[in-house]
Amino acid sequence: MMWLTWRQFRAGAAMMSAALAVLALILALTGPGLADDYSTGIAACATQSGGCSNFVQQFRHDNQGFFLGLTAVVLLLPAVVGLFWGAPLIARELEAGTHRLVWNQTITRTRWLAVKLGLTGLAAVTAAGLASLAVTWWSSPIDKAAAFEFPRPGPVLFDARGIVPIGYSAFAFALGVTVGMLVRRTLPAMAITLAVFVAVQIAMPLVVRPHLLPPTRSTLEITDSNLDGISAPRDGGPIRAVLQTPELPGAWVLSSRGVDASGQTVREILLSSSGACAPPRQGRPEDGLTACFAEMKQLGYRQQVTYQPASRFWPFQWYETGIYTALALGLAGFCFWWIRRRLS
Amino acid sequence: MTAVLQAQDLGKRYGRRWALTDCTLDIPAGHVVGLVGPNGAGKTTLLNLASGQIAPTSGSITVLGGRPPASPAQLATVGYVAQDTPTYAGLSIADHLKLGARLNPGWDDALARERISRLGLDPARRAGKLSGGQRAQLALTLGIAKRPELLILDEPVAALDPLARREFLQGLMEAAAEHELSVVLSSHLVSDLERVCDYLIVLVDSRVRLSGEVDHLLATHHRLTGPRRDPDRLPADQQVISASHTDRQTTLIIRTDTPIHDPAWTVSQLGLEDLVLAYMSQPAAAGRRPALEVQR
Repeated sequence: MMWLTWRQFRAGAAMMSAALAVLALILALTGPGLADDYSTGIAACATQSGGCSNFVQQFRHDNQGFFLGLTAVVLLLPAVVGLFWGAPLIARELEAGTHRLVWNQTITRTRWLAVKLGLTGLAAVTAAGLASLAVTWWSSPIDKAAAFEFPRPGPVLFDARGIVPIGYSAFAFALGVTVGMLVRRTLPAMAITLAVFVAVQIAMPLVVRPHLLPPTRSTLEITDSNLDGISAPRDGGPIRAVLQTPELPGAWVLSSRGVDASGQTVREILLSSSGACAPPRQGRPEDGLTACFAEMKQLGYRQQVTYQPASRFWPFQWYETGIYTALALGLAGFCFWWIRRRLS
Repeated sequence: MTAVLQAQDLGKRYGRRWALTDCTLDIPAGHVVGLVGPNGAGKTTLLNLASGQIAPTSGSITVLGGRPPASPAQLATVGYVAQDTPTYAGLSIADHLKLGARLNPGWDDALARERISRLGLDPARRAGKLSGGQRAQLALTLGIAKRPELLILDEPVAALDPLARREFLQGLMEAAAEHELSVVLSSHLVSDLERVCDYLIVLVDSRVRLSGEVDHLLATHHRLTGPRRDPDRLPADQQVISASHTDRQTTLIIRTDTPIHDPAWTVSQLGLEDLVLAYMSQPAAAGRRPALEVQR
């Protein structure tokens, strides 16, 4: 049975191996250079007066295309595995009627399914694991530079780093096999697999992941880092200050809102045009907005933030891999039940 | 004699529709059994039950003394060539033989290779490129080289042209004789089975209408032709299978174990095809009668 499974699977395996080899080669050639650039750049800018923010921004900008492309590769790989390895695995046999040939050899269909699922599934998780490993290693300098735009526990990077792609791949594969077995035709099975998998992948960061661990809440004073802007109308009305999402290094900010002294949410902060926040009559005030911030603090305005800190990246990786693996095992169990009881 | 297939009140339901009902059969070993019936009569269902592909809804079935769904030991003794003789289009003939060798402990590789070369097939050829007849031969080779005790074939020649049909059935007969196989094959055409079968089962509307050895069936069925009369007034041991009347004349097909003495009748022999057609065209009302069994 191993031989037959391999014989049927070898074209797909060869294609995947070739693609992964090309990927690994490119990353191995460019990765060390990229890491060098980053560490020398950081070392150089640390001594400069303006700090590293310019260098980090430039570095991120220079490598953005390739960085996003690689992330997309790891995001798509589980879907590809589910579509092209999972969905046809049983559906193609049922469609061509060849299950009636193979089930009448001296092999029970349970064993037939076990070998097919086991071998192909193992290849699926290996491919995803290798791709994620290589991309995680290659992108680690850029991940640091892009920590604010793409926080590691957040929707994009989290799904394409570490060990979760293994769980995704196992799930997508098992999903494809199950749908193929139920639908019994390859093409519709592929379409349904894709739709369900994409829906799950969107729902996970939106609905489930923020609650895997209770998010951290904190209250921040209003400072340069979370003030978006202040506007003073010419006709002398109240001054309006608007807040923005604060920069918390590497954290995944789920929500942020301004509140007044009584704890009510405010969309914008209204300030007296005669107070510290009033625009100076000439030029810029020398102390910047310090007095204005002090006035806002005194009036009781502050910002409440809910977020998942960067340190939860690995616990989340383990939880989510566990969830997806459990789903995959559940689907596989269903396949065994179905092939014994319902399928003919 | 051991039974190759025994069924007791066997039934299979798909949703609300019974594909097979009240099927009671006892087929002794060493026969080539023909299973005839119109399309949709339940032939495939019966064969799938026998090969353990599906489980019965009611009743029981025993094949070669074992219950079909399906231990490896049971699978090894029963060969099955499914409808439309499926093969892996992307695999070569050699791959198929390798598949058979890997998946069957009792595989007879010499036999398989010899059959393929006798058929003049190139082992490197892909199964998808074979003609219908060649593909059927490949599927049959897989079935035979597994060295089963019972070989089941579901409409193996339905898609073949007359020449390929004859070659296929000839190959099947040679193999059955050589390896002392019991064979069950189905067809909706009696003419396919006439040449090869010595045992016949007629399946109509998911019920068994008739089963028995061909010789015995032919010896106990007669066509009677004579002046017009009411078939109800025949002797009690003569069972009317079909009756047709013109203004003056009555033609009956009857079944009886005793000689016919009434001089008013002209008695003639019945061919297998006419016999089967008589049972197939029986009105549905007649089907309520218990299925006939040949007493031996």
